[in-house]
Amino acid sequence: MLGGLKAIVARDLRLSMRRRGDVLNHLVFFVIVVTLFPLGVGAEPNLLRAMAPGILWVAALLAAMLSLQRLFAADFADGTLEQMLISAQPLGVIVVGKMIAHWMVSGLPLTLLAPVLGVQFDLPQAALVTLVLSLGIGTPVLSLIGGVGAALTLGVRGGGVLLALLVLPLYVPVLIFGAGAVVEVSSGMSAAPHLSLLGAFLAISCAVAPWATCAALRVAYD
Amino acid sequence: MNWGSLHNFLAMGGYALYVWGSYGVTALCIGVELWSLARRARRAQKGA
Amino acid sequence: MTIDSYRLQGEPGIRGWLLFRFAAPQAFYPLAGRMIPWFGALATLLAAAGLYISFFVAPTDAQQGEAYRIIFIHVAAAWMSMFLYVVMACWAALGLVLNTRLSGMMASAIAPTGAMFTFIALWSGALWGKPTWGTWWVWDARLTSELILLFLYFGFMALTNAIEDSRRADRAGAVLAIVGVINIPIIYFSVQWWNTLHQGASVSLTRAPSMAMTMLTGMLLMALAAWMYSIAVVLARVRSIILERERDAEWVRGLRGVE
Repeated sequence: MLGGLKAIVARDLRLSMRRRGDVLNHLVFFVIVVTLFPLGVGAEPNLLRAMAPGILWVAALLAAMLSLQRLFAADFADGTLEQMLISAQPLGVIVVGKMIAHWMVSGLPLTLLAPVLGVQFDLPQAALVTLVLSLGIGTPVLSLIGGVGAALTLGVRGGGVLLALLVLPLYVPVLIFGAGAVVEVSSGMSAAPHLSLLGAFLAISCAVAPWATCAALRVAYD
Repeated sequence: MNWGSLHNFLAMGGYALYVWGSYGVTALCIGVELWSLARRARRAQKGA
Repeated sequence: MTIDSYRLQGEPGIRGWLLFRFAAPQAFYPLAGRMIPWFGALATLLAAAGLYISFFVAPTDAQQGEAYRIIFIHVAAAWMSMFLYVVMACWAALGLVLNTRLSGMMASAIAPTGAMFTFIALWSGALWGKPTWGTWWVWDARLTSELILLFLYFGFMALTNAIEDSRRADRAGAVLAIVGVINIPIIYFSVQWWNTLHQGASVSLTRAPSMAMTMLTGMLLMALAAWMYSIAVVLARVRSIILERERDAEWVRGLRGVE
């Protein structure tokens, strides 16, 4: 099973590398959105410092969500997904593999890019570290939950916006505790409870999301 | 609860906008739901 | 993956359960039709009693004046909004597991009513907040959770409407509803935590004034009325859905008379 998982991850990574433009687009989106906020609310440093965790987290959330369509769309279009459904490999393994690859190409770069942008908002160093940690735990959750949404909206008209509508309410707890962790650290307190809750969300998603995604994929093909 | 007069009842102690705004919109929503259900049923039964 | 081995409808002899006899839309249609007037009557009576208590029996509140009377609408609507979502998810799950057409139809029938009650809870909450807390919108934990619940309802309705094949739509909606139901306590807990952090010691909007017995009775009556109303409305809607989806069936053609 582990061999199959590695194979899927390698395959998806290879495919993503061939279409690097797709991958980079949502990173650029992330940077643009983060830049828009100061332009919208004014350049007052204290205000921006206070708002930074929320801005960075919301932008990361939106960027992660934008990249979700890529999870299944290409395989759905050329029939590979159907093959995956009837293959000997358990569908759960394939789905988890795809989600891991997706996170490595979308969530991970966001996590690494965020502290660079955080510097623009004059976040203290401890907060930057927490930002990376919270995004590091949170973005996999976003990929997992988002995977369910992507599978549900496979080939449905109006898919992109519909996906956003389905998935954003489910992202709220991750946002609250992710951004909350950075806020706590900015005011000098420990973010450990927040990060552990994020960890709990990750555990729950790992348990529920693959099942739900498989069910949704089978629904799409019945 | 003795209101004393219809005027007092409608005024709701100065909070008429809020109280009647709530009850009114609720009644409106229920009305719209019932009307749209009736319309849908009529159309479904006719075989549209 | 269809679970045909679980097809229990049409086999009442084995279990003898009326439940499964009425699982076929054709059998459920007239049953629902007979039930609607009863639930409608119950709803009207309970609402009349509840409204009477809320306006003519419950006394004026010392702190909030007459504005607190909104509670009789707000609480009933909030309870129904959450209750209906859970019921909807149950029907959806049932349809997914037992592969019955009717269960999916029931879930789709519930969603609009649930969304309506969520909207009423939000609207009445805002109108309650303005005189008592000074602003139209309060980022109160309950209200914010209600808002997210409204988004969950919209998501369900958007997804099931976007998919043209009704069977696929029902089952996709079912997966979404189940994921949503798991998320609701998590969302509520998160928002409550977020709210206490940011609002500090502010009083929750839904902490009612010291509950006189009359207030409690009024609230319960209105909640029951809302429940009976929901049942009646959902049954009426599911009848339309049955006719729409089964329009090619013999019995539906027969209902409409000679083509």
